[in-house]
Formats: sequence, C-alpha cells, structure tokens
Amino acid sequence: MAENVLHIENVTMQFGGVVAVNNLNLDINQGEIVALIGPNGAGKTTAFNCVTGVYEPTNGKIDFLGETIVENFPHGKMKKLYAGENMGLYSNVVSHTPDVITYKGIARTFQNIRLFSKLSVFENVLIAKHMRAKQNFFSAALHLNRAEEKRMREESMALLVEQGLDKYKDDVAGSLPYGLQRRLEIARALATDPKLLLLDEPAAGMNPQETLELAAFISEIRDKYKLSIFLVEHHMDLVMNISDRIYVLDFGKLIAQGVPAEIQSNEKVIDAYLGVSEDE
Amino acid sequence: MMGNKKRDFILSLILAAVITALLVYVDKEMHYSMLASVIQKASIYALLAVSLNLLNGFTGLFSLGQAGFMMLGAYTYAILTIPLEQHASVYQYFNGGIVNICLPAFVGVIAAGIVAVIFAWLVGKPCLKLKSDYLAIATLGFAEILRALIQWEVLGPVTNASNILKKFPKFDSILTPVIVCAFCIFLVVLLINSSYGRAFKAIREDEIAAEAMGINLAKTKMQAFLTSAFFAGVGGALLAMFQASVQARSFTSAMTYEILLIVVIGGIGSITGSIIGSFLYIASSEWWLRFLDDSQTYLGVNIPFMRGGFRMVVFSVVIMLIVLFYRQGIMGTREFSWQGIIDFFKKPFAKRKRKAVEDNG
Repeated sequence: MAENVLHIENVTMQFGGVVAVNNLNLDINQGEIVALIGPNGAGKTTAFNCVTGVYEPTNGKIDFLGETIVENFPHGKMKKLYAGENMGLYSNVVSHTPDVITYKGIARTFQNIRLFSKLSVFENVLIAKHMRAKQNFFSAALHLNRAEEKRMREESMALLVEQGLDKYKDDVAGSLPYGLQRRLEIARALATDPKLLLLDEPAAGMNPQETLELAAFISEIRDKYKLSIFLVEHHMDLVMNISDRIYVLDFGKLIAQGVPAEIQSNEKVIDAYLGVSEDE
Repeated sequence: MMGNKKRDFILSLILAAVITALLVYVDKEMHYSMLASVIQKASIYALLAVSLNLLNGFTGLFSLGQAGFMMLGAYTYAILTIPLEQHASVYQYFNGGIVNICLPAFVGVIAAGIVAVIFAWLVGKPCLKLKSDYLAIATLGFAEILRALIQWEVLGPVTNASNILKKFPKFDSILTPVIVCAFCIFLVVLLINSSYGRAFKAIREDEIAAEAMGINLAKTKMQAFLTSAFFAGVGGALLAMFQASVQARSFTSAMTYEILLIVVIGGIGSITGSIIGSFLYIASSEWWLRFLDDSQTYLGVNIPFMRGGFRMVVFSVVIMLIVLFYRQGIMGTREFSWQGIIDFFKKPFAKRKRKAVEDNG
C-alpha cells in the first residue's frame, strides 16, 4: 500500500449552531488525485480551510505525512453548543497558522483567484520562494547573500519556463487572461515545493476545451513533481477523468466514496448531486 | 542591454557630482539662506516620508504613529548628547536631571532609532493584528499618549517635562543631514528590493494569499513596523539637530499628517515620489508660499484672506484636489529610472516626428 499523505479523521467544523462539516473521514495516498465533490454549500471549501489552517475544526484530527498538524476538541464556548459526534475522543489542541502549514508542504489555490495582481508574474512566483530562504532579515536587506537571491530567481524562472509562462514574465499578473491566471496560481503554489497540492475549483469559469487541457495539466504536474492532489470541483468531466478516488459531501456529511465508476452509479450521489439526464 | 547599464551608471555619477557640487557651494556661500534650511529640512522629511511609505505604501499598514516615534528619537538623541556642563542650565527645574552621560552625536542618532524600535515593538505586539483604519486609530492614540507622558512632571529629571531641551550638538554643515538621509533611504531601497521587501508587497496585495504562500503575517508586519520606526526615530533625531531644540508640544498628530501629505503627493508606494514630494512640500511651505501668510497689497488693493494661516488653507485645498483628481500623486508607484526620463523627453518629439511623417505622406 502506498504511503499515506493526508489523513483526515472525524473532522467536524461547527460555526455557532451550524455544522458545516460533519465527521469527515478522508485519506489521500502518495501520488493520488482525490476529488471532493458535492452541491453548493456542502462544506467542501470549509474542509479545505480546515486542512490549510484557515479554520480550526471544532473536533477531529488531521495528519500530514504521519505528523499531526491539526487536532481539536470542543472546548470553551463550543462545549455546550457542540452538536457533532465523537465528543471526548480527542483531548489535545494542535493548530498552526496557514503559513506554517504551507511550510510543512501543503500548498493551495483559491476558488476565486487570489494573485498578487499588481505585481509581475515573475514576482508572484518569486514571493513563494521567500518562505524557504535561509537568509535573515539583515543579510537580506543589505543584499549580502547574493548567491541565495540568485538561486531563488533561477528556480522561479525555471518554473515559469516549465509552465510556459516565461513569455509573460514581466507582465502585471492581473492583466493576464483568465486561464493563464489560473495556471499562474498553480505555478505559484508549486513554487513553495509542496508535497500535497489543494486545488479549489481549478476549472471554475473555464470552457470545455480549457477544462480538458487543465485535466491533462493536473495529471502532468502530479507526475512531474511527485505530488498528491486534492481537489474540489464541479466539472464532472474533469473529476471523473482524472480522479483516482472521489468523496462526496452533502450538507457537511460524507455520503459516498470510491472510484469514479462507483460514484457515477451510486443512488445517493445521483439523488443529492449528479441528477439524472433527461433522456433516461 | 549592457550599454544601458553603463549609460545609467555614468548619468548617475554625473548627477551625484552635480548635486554634491551644488550642496558644497550652498554650504560655503549661503549657509544661512532659506535655500540651505529648506535643503536640510526637506532631506529629513524625505527620510520620514520614506519610512512612512514603507508602511503605508509597501506593506499596506495604515499607521499614523510616526510623530510618536520621531518624538522618541528626538528626545533620546537630545537626552543622551547634551554636554555634561550644560545639564545644570538645561534641567534648571530638575536640579540638573538624573541622566549623567554624554554620548557622541553619531551614537545618539543610532540610539534614537533603537529606542523607537523598542517602543514600536511594544505597540506593535497588540496593535498589528488590527486592520486598516483601526490600526491607524491605535497608532495615532499611542503617539498622543506618549506625548502626554513625556510632558509628565514625574519624568522631568529625564525628559525635562514640558520644558525645552537644547544645547546638544547640531549640524556643522548642511551636507551632514543630506548624506545621512540619503544613506538611510538607500538602505530602505535595498530592503524593498530584497526578498523581505517582496514579502511586504505580497501582504499589501493580498494578506490571505500571502499567508498561503508561507509568509508569516505577524512576523513580517512587525519587521516592516520596526524598520519604519527605526528610521522615524533617526529622522526625529536629525530633526532635533536641525531645530536645535526639542519640545514634546511640537510633535503633534499634525506632524504625522504633514508627512502623510508628502507621501500622498509623491505617490503611495514610490520612494522617488516621497523624496520629490518632500522637497516640493517643504520648499512651498517654508519658502515659496510664505507670502500667503502676510497681508499683501497689489495695485493699491489689499487682498482679502491673505493673513496668518491662509497658507494652510491653500494646502488643504491642494490635498483635496490631489485626492479627487490626481490620486496617483506625482509618481504613482513608479520609481526613478534614466530610461523613464529619456522616454519622457523623447515622447513629444516622437509624436511630432510621427505627425510630420503622416502629414507628408
């Protein structure tokens, strides 16, 4: 069996009285592409935000490469309000800010593109390299470590060439066409040297042709950078094409999981999300 | 490409030589002229504006505590460098005060920056979590509290309470402030062009994305805040040297607004803009627009409105016009480059040439 990369265990996220994610269990193994699908408001992005440290889940545990990166149990105000399961199963609090999670090797893109839109394409990628730079504030400010700066620039340039964005190197990121902005956002995430890449609706707003290209692109970067990929997506062509396994959320609860063929024929999933085509 | 670099280098060298020659001339021949004093004050304000711009323009933190940090710098410098034999006369109401050291001016200026940094850390720890306007209010409040604190009678033996501090070393040449400020601004430019400078800009553009890219928001914001405070402290010390006296009463929030005004005129996010803005603003307020404050008579008619304070009315109108119609300021977010200047002068010619060709054809 392949190495486990991400292990989400009994994660519940409750906002006040609203349970956005209810007892989610999910595993991603090395080299897999795993999709999380479900109707709008099912809690897909909330699940993402729990993994990346934007939210602290109310209850549950998340392991990344064998290390616990998030753990929480209902305490304080939530103790009385908590409506989920597995109360009392966990007793530790482990939480990190998003930058630490990124440092550990989980990179993400956003549902609505969040580029540094007034900076150049090159700078966008270069900023992602900052995190792993070893120079301290003073040596960097006085430009003492030129070798490292040069290495950062070369690596960023190499990445842009690989992604076919080198032509746009000096363009302002916000001026790129939509598809390229998506691609740049992925390139920027790759620049943080991740082991797991989280893509939040990468095909949103793309036409069928672009979606097809994106599917090929995702498989390609998975192989090239030896990544595992976790994606949230509404384009079923894309999801069914490239996913190794699919999880389906509805109202915060996991209603199905399995390989694409199983999901496509699963009654519950068809009822909740996929629907039946008219000619049937 | 290489040719351009060489050309820029030579042009910069020529410019530096011309400026130095001019400064030396002004220093020798017209040491007490208005021009000399404008040059000194404007270079100090340029440093202060750059330090504020580092926060407002490059990191996107709207801070209004600059006057507080300047005051800390000015007081630290003054307290540490007053010659021992002058203590009795300066601290006449406090038996000569309790600070019995006198450091060289150079050390005093560095200490000014360091004290400002220490206080900035204390303020930044709770305040930097705040966003936009809230941060502005918190830092503004801090500066006001500090001003009251320094004037407190109990601290008198150190700060001389609300009395004036004077008789500390001053500039011996107008070149000193210009060189010190130019050097400090050079350091800021280096910082902005480094990896940390890019992290600042990332935070300005999008905090959430910056954090997702592995930038520690709290730490990076603190770095920008402390750097800005350091240079504000140094600027405050230089201002004390220029004015030859320090009094808490003069470091009001109006002083922060003055600097903010320079940043806005010059362009938020442009170092060059801050420098140009500072020279324009100081020259206008100290020199060119002085006449607005005196009553004037043209052709036998006494112009109404022209009396003490009218200058500030004109400034207010100017800032309103800038904010309404010219939000980018002089430079926007652009920086000085020789290519930019050459293109600027070429443009009208190029247009004319093209037009001539079109007319002929």
